[in-house]
Amino acid sequence: MVQYQSSVDASFAALSDPTRRGVLEQLGRTDASISDLAEKFHMTLTGMKKHVGVLEQAGLVTTRKVGRVRTCRLGNRGLDKEAAWLEQHRRLWAARFDDLDKVVDELKRKENSGE
Amino acid sequence: MSDMQTAAAPAAKNNTRTDRQSDREVVVTRTFDGPARIVFEAWTKPELIMKWWTPKSFGITFISCEADVRTGGSYRFVMGHPAFEQPMTFFGRYLEVDPPRRLVWTNEEGEEGSVTTVTFEEKDGKTYLVLSDLYPSKAALDEAMASGSIGGYPEQFNQLDGLLKSLH
Repeated sequence: MVQYQSSVDASFAALSDPTRRGVLEQLGRTDASISDLAEKFHMTLTGMKKHVGVLEQAGLVTTRKVGRVRTCRLGNRGLDKEAAWLEQHRRLWAARFDDLDKVVDELKRKENSGE
Repeated sequence: MSDMQTAAAPAAKNNTRTDRQSDREVVVTRTFDGPARIVFEAWTKPELIMKWWTPKSFGITFISCEADVRTGGSYRFVMGHPAFEQPMTFFGRYLEVDPPRRLVWTNEEGEEGSVTTVTFEEKDGKTYLVLSDLYPSKAALDEAMASGSIGGYPEQFNQLDGLLKSLH
């Protein structure tokens, strides 16, 4: 569970950036080299390498070097999309329910004070 | 369902739990420190719904909130977000309203939306809440998951950054 949690956290951190989400979307269509991606996202090679590094750390992307070209593809963590979705769904409801706690407290106080 | 309730109910801490219950159903559970009639009330009065339905960490605010919470009644939530020019509208009908035990409504803003059922089970002054989203098909739930849309909000609305902050 702890391991699952930390890997979800790494995924969330990786996914918090719009460029990285775009890269995943792109790789969902087809594998691409880092320079392809840099060009596509109007970014320096170094900048794109950093983004791909974060995605790789999170297991969302794997890379393979063939000759001088490093090719990126979606990692196996793509299979965990369902887990990530469920986690986001949980966070939405957890956030709502924390606010709902306050409403329930307020209503209880009103009831107790006989209003 | 009963297995899950016995497993989750003793957890006195207010942990929100989510499970994919079946091919086409996602369930969220949570315990509230108050009687069912009070928790139920907070789901059925627009002025109360507005206080909690749009968490601040998501950056979404209500523009208007109409809810005629009777069997056959309809609801219409209009929400705004600074990143979007157009407000978003969520709407549907209440299929069942059984105070303070059960609420069922449709989500009709998208194609193949889920039917949401919320049950309120009171025990020792606390309320165990089960919220289920039942999709018309496995494909519909898979599609919702694949789109990244959460709770009907498009992916961009999920404010991952805000969520991450609220995590730690």
